[in-house]
Amino acid sequence: METISAASQLFQFIVTGLTVGAIYAMVAIGFNIIYNVTEIINLAQGEFVMLGGLIMVFMHVTVGLPMILAFVTAVLLVTLTGMLLDRLAIKPIRQPSVMTLIIATIAASIVIKGTAMLIWGKSPYDLPAFSGRTPIELGGVIIQPQYLWVIGFLVVVTIGLTLFFNRTILGKAMAACADNPDAARLVGINVQYMVLLSFALSAAIGAIAGMTLTPIALMDYDRGAMLAIKGFGAAILGGLGSFSGAVLGGLLIGLIESLGAGFLLSGYKDAYALIVLLLVLFLRPSGIMGNFEVTKFKRF
Amino acid sequence: MLEIQNLTAGYGAIAAIREISLEVPEGKVVSIIGANGAGKSTLLKAVSGLNNHRSGRILFQGKNIVDMPANRIVSLGLSQVAEGRQIFAHMTVEDNIHLGAYLYYRRSNKREIRDRIERIYELFPILSKRARQISGTLSGGEQQMLAIGRALMTRPRLLLLDEPSMGLAPIVVQEIFHTIERLNREGMTILLVEQNARAALQIADFAYVLETGRVVLHGPASDLINDNQIKEAYLGG
Repeated sequence: METISAASQLFQFIVTGLTVGAIYAMVAIGFNIIYNVTEIINLAQGEFVMLGGLIMVFMHVTVGLPMILAFVTAVLLVTLTGMLLDRLAIKPIRQPSVMTLIIATIAASIVIKGTAMLIWGKSPYDLPAFSGRTPIELGGVIIQPQYLWVIGFLVVVTIGLTLFFNRTILGKAMAACADNPDAARLVGINVQYMVLLSFALSAAIGAIAGMTLTPIALMDYDRGAMLAIKGFGAAILGGLGSFSGAVLGGLLIGLIESLGAGFLLSGYKDAYALIVLLLVLFLRPSGIMGNFEVTKFKRF
Repeated sequence: MLEIQNLTAGYGAIAAIREISLEVPEGKVVSIIGANGAGKSTLLKAVSGLNNHRSGRILFQGKNIVDMPANRIVSLGLSQVAEGRQIFAHMTVEDNIHLGAYLYYRRSNKREIRDRIERIYELFPILSKRARQISGTLSGGEQQMLAIGRALMTRPRLLLLDEPSMGLAPIVVQEIFHTIERLNREGMTILLVEQNARAALQIADFAYVLETGRVVLHGPASDLINDNQIKEAYLGG
């Protein structure tokens, strides 16, 4: 009897780990999109997630828009925020180095966070789950329907982006900007427009992560930084720039966190991701799916 | 077709070329020769828009393009094959070529794009064999062919070539120069920058000699190739 409950406990941790991991994976994908086009690590990525959650709460709970409509509006508003971030904080910088731009994203994240605090205050908000909260029980493991939404969105986002970057000329043009910006301009690609597009796309995916996460873990103005750090850990673990790596890295970090908190020390829940991040940086900076040769060519 | 008037360009406050004027008539090959650091590449980059620290006038088909960004200049039909074969090294040969058609990549142009790709594979058969290969793994000569092929995909009327012979074996250089001649015979106007002065003068109609950022000599290539000064300085006596 006891072994069964230990096993079901393990599976429970795995299920929650994968769900949280899927969120980290989406944050990591957001990092990768901007990184792949500009080599910038957008440290305001977590704020997109936070904004996605809070704006959805505002649209659905406060304004009373139907779920789907609130979802779409929130994605659009966060996308707009991402584009503004590029136009107000990134593009105006003259003679930018990658490092200056990264620092600009930190500044932007502080501004976004402060604004969110002024609008929503410091208390966390709840959002109804997309399809109710009646748990599905599977052999002693409890699965919230919202978990399936999170995983589902991760699958859709990953497949969508893979097709976009590998099959469409626009996606290839975006990747070309990172590969060789001068050559990109010589074939007529407007690099600044592609950078704007990468911020828009990243923001949209961040928003989706935030909106699917809120019914599970609530949302408040201060959540962005931690989500960004974990998503960044996932991106590094998987290999910066690789989408499959981001998915793998995100799920792994989610699992490590969930199992670590469940079986080791729950007080160190947030530390596990950081320990993984440090270990990867020490031992294999190119990550699991990353190509070390390629990493060497990058500018920092 | 291209007329440059008093062009000064450089990097930041330092001007690498000063008050250069030159002309590329339609259907001709014009070569710019000069030693390392004479400003040849700066000149081409200023024309294509890659270097936007520039002043003066650059008239392409009568239109001043000196204030245009590179991605707009290419849409007018002026395409540069940059120094050091600026290919998309992490992408396949095929993707590189397709991206050359970025500006008109629409379903309605599918046929034209396919025809142009076919023509490039006919010019450089090796590229069709390597179509699925990551282009960073190609040999230097193949990368140069890919860079030229991709530039041809942009529907150019004037092709700017920056040191196409750089770092290539003599036999490959010969092949590239044959291709340049062939493109010109078929109607392409060409502005060629080269350190390999002999090869550059042999295929050119007109030539300009650059020294420390200024034009010191220019004229029909056939005159320059017999000029004693040129012979001594650039053709090895």
